[in-house]
Amino acid sequence: MAIPAGLKYTKDHEWIDIAGDKGKVGITDYAQAQLGDVVYIDLPDVGAKLKQGQSFGTIESVKAVSELYSPVTGEVVEVNTALKDKPEVVNKDPHASWMIVIKLTNASEAGALLDAVRYQDMIK
Amino acid sequence: MDSDAPLKKTPLNARHRASGAKMVPFGGWDMPVEYSGLSAEHSAVRSGAGVFDVSHMGEIEIAGKDSLAAVQRISSNDASKLQVGQAQYSGLLSSHGTFVDDLLVYRLGASHFMLVVNAGNIRKDFAWIAEHVRGVGDAVAVDASARYALIAVQGPKALDVLQPLTGVDLGSMKYYWFGHGEVAGVRATVSRTGYTGEDGFEVFVPPQSADKLWLAILEAGKTWDVIPCGLGARDTLRLEASMRLHGNDIDEATTALEADLGWIVGWKKDDFIGAAALREQKASGLKRKIVGFEMLERGIGRHGYDAYIGDAKAGHVTSGTQTPFLKKAIGMAYLPIERTKVDTEFDIDIRGRRTRARVVPMPFYKRQK
Repeated sequence: MAIPAGLKYTKDHEWIDIAGDKGKVGITDYAQAQLGDVVYIDLPDVGAKLKQGQSFGTIESVKAVSELYSPVTGEVVEVNTALKDKPEVVNKDPHASWMIVIKLTNASEAGALLDAVRYQDMIK
Repeated sequence: MDSDAPLKKTPLNARHRASGAKMVPFGGWDMPVEYSGLSAEHSAVRSGAGVFDVSHMGEIEIAGKDSLAAVQRISSNDASKLQVGQAQYSGLLSSHGTFVDDLLVYRLGASHFMLVVNAGNIRKDFAWIAEHVRGVGDAVAVDASARYALIAVQGPKALDVLQPLTGVDLGSMKYYWFGHGEVAGVRATVSRTGYTGEDGFEVFVPPQSADKLWLAILEAGKTWDVIPCGLGARDTLRLEASMRLHGNDIDEATTALEADLGWIVGWKKDDFIGAAALREQKASGLKRKIVGFEMLERGIGRHGYDAYIGDAKAGHVTSGTQTPFLKKAIGMAYLPIERTKVDTEFDIDIRGRRTRARVVPMPFYKRQK
């Protein structure tokens, strides 16, 4: 189970890779394993404003439909539209399969997220 | 169903938990939904064999001189066609011709039947059956569910796996027939039946012997890469084979004709519960019917989603999944009768997004014989 050390994690199994005032967001290896074969991902438009913990889309697997939650407050500045036609890459490489890039409104929010060690503890 | 009641456990519950199966509540039972993974389990059954604990299913026995008349009254199919040792699929219908449940009827003896019913409906079915059997002379219904564990071995290799464990000649057993004997040293009734669209067997054994049989099957199955399977794969397998699921595709609001199950209605037999309503519906014509569909756009039309024709709501999806074997999104839905022809297109509202679907023939999957 890959849990890269440099990233921050949510209790809802999203990761965020923060660089400067922007963060790439995706779902964790654990999440993709629990979901099973992903068949559809619904993502927001660029410009969407999100609050921390707010749903920014849905991910559908053979088994179930799940919400995607934003790890931080901010504005969507980029969307990985390639996932629309190839959602299965989320299963193959969840950490390369970023979904949105969000411009953080409040950098301090990231401090409250889980680091890799605490996330690993949570999913044990 | 009493949702606050503790979940019931099959005799294999501890085995599932020890084996690391993912458990979920289903029909009041604590059941394995997944062992190694839904897709792997589904594929194993299509290409080799898989083993399922279906001990949660109910068994209701009807015995007595007039038991055939009793079964004929409550079950839609014609049980007089059954020889001893033969089983049939049937409906337990209301007076409206709708499904109280669906079931398999086994003729254990000339005047002895076993009805295998859905887990979540056992109590309801038994009350229904007992009430209606009462008026039919010398016949008594007994809920024998606690006396049976049920293990299904399904897939093209099921015969190879099971035959070495028993003296019962399984190879010459015809589809929907059964026999009695020992399997892995355990007293058993074995039927050539299943809910996967593959060849396979279902083995009824006393609960205390279930674990012994389970392990023996897995051991014997090693040569064939047999794996234990959960309810998740059972659902995708039955859906590919377009077998109806009570509570989804058929229920107390859908008639046997609307569900396209006219073949389980014994039109020629004497009166049975629901017969008048079905005859009337047959004469006046159906207003809606179940169809098989496949998605033309990405997404899965799931149970409960609305179907649209243009801007008008026209029906609803009863089952839907992305099938691991056919690798497309399929499902069943009820549509207005004039829209049920193959190749008719319609929309499914997938969480606010209208998504194109097309009516296709059922079954979606048919095994090569």
